[in-house]
Amino acid sequence: MSTTALLATLRASPAAKIGASIAIATGLYGVSFGALSVASGLSFWQTMVLSLLLFSGGSQFAFIGVVAAGGTGVAAMSASALLGIRNGVYGMQLNALLRPTGWRRFAAAQVTIDESTATASGQSDPSEQKIGFWVAGLGIFLLWNIMTAVGAVLGDALGDPKQWGLDGAAVAAFLGLLWPRIKAFQPAAIAVVCAVVTLLAVPWVAPGIPILVAALVAGLIGWFRSGGTPAHAPGHVGDGMEPELDPYPHEGKHDARARGTDQLRTEQLRTERQGEEQ
Amino acid sequence: MWWWLLIAALVGYATKLLGYLVPAKVLANPRMSRVAGTLTIGLLASLTVVNAAASGTSVVLDARIGALVAAAVGLWLKAPFLVVVIVGAAAAAGLRLLGMP
Repeated sequence: MSTTALLATLRASPAAKIGASIAIATGLYGVSFGALSVASGLSFWQTMVLSLLLFSGGSQFAFIGVVAAGGTGVAAMSASALLGIRNGVYGMQLNALLRPTGWRRFAAAQVTIDESTATASGQSDPSEQKIGFWVAGLGIFLLWNIMTAVGAVLGDALGDPKQWGLDGAAVAAFLGLLWPRIKAFQPAAIAVVCAVVTLLAVPWVAPGIPILVAALVAGLIGWFRSGGTPAHAPGHVGDGMEPELDPYPHEGKHDARARGTDQLRTEQLRTERQGEEQ
Repeated sequence: MWWWLLIAALVGYATKLLGYLVPAKVLANPRMSRVAGTLTIGLLASLTVVNAAASGTSVVLDARIGALVAAAVGLWLKAPFLVVVIVGAAAAAGLRLLGMP
């Protein structure tokens, strides 16, 4: 496809518009990550490596959150790895929806995050799903990295982070990441239990470890929680798989998501049936 | 720290890629998705609390609690993420100006 044809396709696509607006909104808050990362003690380039290579808001904030709390590198890495597990689940869902092949698969993996997954799975038309995913994913990657650099430079210039309340900004950032995921009783209960476990653990173990203790408790709750929800599709309310941003706030969002979910289920059923036939 | 940064980045990418490379049948079980979901909530809740009230190995009450309350009010009023972060910073900085540790 020529560049002009591609631009025309993008201009006519509703998913591209949604992907672009999500990219701008999400990319902008890269500035807060950059500033908080240097305030936690990481250098400019360490901050940039997190945004370029790790590229997952939650995991990046987790890494610097542990470092800021005085935790070790291994504790920071563990918290970031555990928070990234949901990206693996998103990857599986996107693979079923988009079926990328060759090198595209490796590029798709890097931009598999909450927002690109939510943008893709909210569309019902396969080509719109594809456009939504790539516009949101690549757009966020570009803007997130530019804004991280801006934030890191600003953060360095600010001097004493406490004087500017940057430690308070980190608290607000974590609450802001948690908030959209606790719309039901069960996730709220899990959040409270993990918060209490953390506070109880703080005086007894090294900094950073309470976060991993809370992760263990949360993992065990998930493992043993019986029955529960049909846990497919990102944005499944009450499962903590709610993306940080809702790309479809003004339309019937649950309808939009349900479409994506149904499609995925149909897909899985088909695969299962084929398995049985063979 | 550099090594842990690079390992974190590698593990993060490998996790994403795993979803694309491993057949859906192997990973597509509800328990896996459930654990990913509860882990996300538990970790974010824990990180919020640690950054709000922990100082080394002690639990302290300082200006950061004000930031937590201010951020919660902002989120309650449906403020965008960046606004919430700025409100949190302003609350902590303001309370320090008023003499809170």
